Amino acid sequence: MERNLHRQLANMKKSLFDQGYLDHEQFTQLEELQDEANPNFVEEVVTLYYRDSARLIQNIEQALEKNPLDFAKLDNYMHQFKGSSCSIGARKLKNECTQFIEYCKTGNGEGCKRTFQQLKKEYSSLKKKLEHYFQFARQVGPLEKACRPK
Amino acid sequence: MGSECSSVVAEELHVLAVDDCLVDRKVIERLLKISSCKVTAVESGTRALQYLGLDGEKSSVGFDGLKVNLIMTDYSMPGMTGYELLKKIKSSSNLREIPVVIMSSEKVLARIDRCLEEGAEEFLVKPVKLSDVKRLRDIILRGDENDEKKGSRKRKLQDLSPTSSLARDLTPLKPASAASKQSRLKRPRLKNTD
Repeated sequence: MERNLHRQLANMKKSLFDQGYLDHEQFTQLEELQDEANPNFVEEVVTLYYRDSARLIQNIEQALEKNPLDFAKLDNYMHQFKGSSCSIGARKLKNECTQFIEYCKTGNGEGCKRTFQQLKKEYSSLKKKLEHYFQFARQVGPLEKACRPK
Repeated sequence: MGSECSSVVAEELHVLAVDDCLVDRKVIERLLKISSCKVTAVESGTRALQYLGLDGEKSSVGFDGLKVNLIMTDYSMPGMTGYELLKKIKSSSNLREIPVVIMSSEKVLARIDRCLEEGAEEFLVKPVKLSDVKRLRDIILRGDENDEKKGSRKRKLQDLSPTSSLARDLTPLKPASAASKQSRLKRPRLKNTD
């Protein structure tokens, strides 16, 4: 029965990779940093990311309401946001960030706003998916410890 | 071994990590701890200098009494950039021998060259991997003998193929950097080998 849960968890993860939400290499790298003493490290990092980036999202939101737009500031915020997003392996989000930064460079305000709407959707969507994944992982986790020999 | 070597005999490397991004600090801290390093993570160049005692012109012993064996700093930080921090460290007689590694999410060749010329040990492209940290640890512990012989600098770009992953640049160094190169070879030795 445990093997079935493991397979389900692995499938969930594979789906996140295949659909492009997560970068396989980076996310796997983070998981490799987990051990018995730190079994929920990835969840902790992701939680930290969502908490920390909420502030950035808000800053960008406010900056996009200004007229005229301060592209240098927007670029700066987005670089920060892109950095953290990369660190957790958020692939689609990273691409949205890159797009946004391109629009900043060309001074395309409409492009920035459009991309930002897309980005926010992706940000929320990923959060739900990851919450679901970690919730399931926590359930599977203890079973793994129980059946894995020392 | 050089008679100049004031080797630090330590069981673990103590790394000072500097990054304004909270998520990255958490990750680098974990990468280092898993690689058996002690970590002090700070959020800015200013804090890093305070920790290193540069303000008070003390030795490179942090407030908790631990000597810093390696500094890893992000390049893009508000206030003082990683590059500016690097320069300050390399122009301090107390601190210049501490190897400094720059981390950046942007592979800008001019930026990389600038950092290496100023005496950075390495330039790592983010996100930093466990293999990067392990390699750094080995370099710091054993010293890079090739580097000693050829006086060359390393450039690591993640996207380059394995055969060209090390680009050796033999451009003459500036006097300040050359001096820092010679004294850079003070490396810690472990009491117990792995």
